Amino acid sequence: MARRRWEIMIEVLIEWMIRLCGVSAIIFVFGIFFFVFREGAGLFFSGRFNFTQFLTSIEWYPTSQSNVRYGALALIAGTFSVTAFAMVIAVPFGLGTAIFISEFCEGRLKETLKIVIEILAAIPSVVWGFVGLTVMNSLIIRLFDAAIGLTVLNGGILLALMSVPVIVSIGEDALKAVPDSYREAALALGATRWQMVHRVLVPAAKNGLLAAVLLGVGRAVGETMAVLMATGHSVRVPTSVLDPVRTLTATIAAELGEAPVGSDHYQVLFIIGIFLFTITFIVNLSADLIVRGIRGKA
Amino acid sequence: MSTMLEKQRTRAAAQFTETALVRRKNRHERVAHAIFAAMTLLMIVPLVLIIGYLSYQALPVLSLDFLFKVPVRGMRAGGIWSALLGTIYLVLISLAVATPIGVMAAVYLNEYARDNWLTRVVNLAVVNLAGVPSIVHALFGLGAFVVFAGIGRSILAASLTLAIMTLPVIIASTKEALAAVPRPFREACWNVGASRWQTIRHIVLPNSVSGILTGVILQVSRTAGETAPIMFTGAVFYKAIAEGDLFAYGLLDQCMALSMHLFTVSTQVPDVPEALPYGTAVVLLATVLAVNALSIAVRVYLRSRKNW
Repeated sequence: MARRRWEIMIEVLIEWMIRLCGVSAIIFVFGIFFFVFREGAGLFFSGRFNFTQFLTSIEWYPTSQSNVRYGALALIAGTFSVTAFAMVIAVPFGLGTAIFISEFCEGRLKETLKIVIEILAAIPSVVWGFVGLTVMNSLIIRLFDAAIGLTVLNGGILLALMSVPVIVSIGEDALKAVPDSYREAALALGATRWQMVHRVLVPAAKNGLLAAVLLGVGRAVGETMAVLMATGHSVRVPTSVLDPVRTLTATIAAELGEAPVGSDHYQVLFIIGIFLFTITFIVNLSADLIVRGIRGKA
Repeated sequence: MSTMLEKQRTRAAAQFTETALVRRKNRHERVAHAIFAAMTLLMIVPLVLIIGYLSYQALPVLSLDFLFKVPVRGMRAGGIWSALLGTIYLVLISLAVATPIGVMAAVYLNEYARDNWLTRVVNLAVVNLAGVPSIVHALFGLGAFVVFAGIGRSILAASLTLAIMTLPVIIASTKEALAAVPRPFREACWNVGASRWQTIRHIVLPNSVSGILTGVILQVSRTAGETAPIMFTGAVFYKAIAEGDLFAYGLLDQCMALSMHLFTVSTQVPDVPEALPYGTAVVLLATVLAVNALSIAVRVYLRSRKNW
């Protein structure tokens, strides 16, 4: 009997550990928010930091001797321009590829294409950054006769290639979730595949496809190494796609190494971190709510 | 409604007589098919071109010596052994942390969790954890492990940061593997009086172990490629270690890493011979892709073998 009791105790212990690990994701998400905010809080609540200035000023002089200014608008514009440019490419191509793989391919070809997209997703961001720095840089200089190839265009194309796999895989899931009876009904009425796709499947899967796009945006906003290496380093609001910019993520990566731990400069980088965290949190949350929305209805 | 029906009727009729409408419809179909195929192709071509070009440029330096020699002359010559070893350390330690937590979390979600608000919040947290930018993970690792826990910039701090970052990968793939075990397996086990944990331990886990393995392999690939999270938590530009020493790094040492090394030699060090960063990039890419290929191969093999 003694052994039995011992076994039960072990089992109870293990089940509690499983429960603890189960909720660990929640703990970690809160932990990330807590610890990043904790490092930046000192400056945030001091009189030296002005949140309105942070959002509306383009003057980013975190290490100025005489007049330190933390205006992140140029950085926000940098992130926005690169992400927007990436999405202009990634959304049509991502959704197009998702539709092609899901509706126009079968068997071997379909499996192969899915694996290729998976491989595309596996390429590390620093390798993309390196490609931007070398191949794309000289390509852009040669094609557009530009002074420098590290631009919005360069970063945007890289980010597009990086977010396409996200859009394709989530978009394909969304199309797969449309019941086959919809397809059969459309085809039975004499619709071609294209008619079926754009009259039946896209409207039916619209929420899932929107979620796919949102997750692609989230990926692009949060990407660090590729934009750090491929977009140049000028803090300004871009006026054309051939302007170099600097994004929020790249700023943290570029300046955190030089900022002494605990200094105002160090803390403002953590505030940027919280700002980024908030953006991606909202994007992911809306994607999730949109997907739940269809499930709730179905 | 009646107009729609009429439209459909005309379409159905048109199918049998090759009218202008049918011809237009078929032309649209062909154009759409071609456009979608071209889009897909345009996403694949850069992949092939990039891999090909990088490998071509890297050819002059690629050799066994490149892999197993330490960098010399301010990283302008020699190999990448220090970085390779650092990456192996980071991957193994973060795997040791993330795998048990991730597998247990997936067991909870798939076997214990009921369909209630808590489960929903957990799932939402997993999705969000996957969506947190890598640089924010770096800030978290710096704030929590390096500064707050006082571990300092070290392999341990960097591995823990990587572990938390890649947790969603292992949770998602394990959950899928567990869900693939048919429910009757569990019911049969419960019916002979086994407890929930006994069922998981003796039926569910053994039947999904290879699926879990695929996830673990995938996680290796993710971990090896990450740069931003380790930049400020434990990876350094350069650290001298003895050649051929497998235990050159201590848990609380800082280390070099392959991804970080690529960043260093391509942006931070002037006058690097041109082929060297390409060589580093190709080794990193080959490692990641080989690990991925392994994971895909295991998955394809499993699918072909599955007999329930």
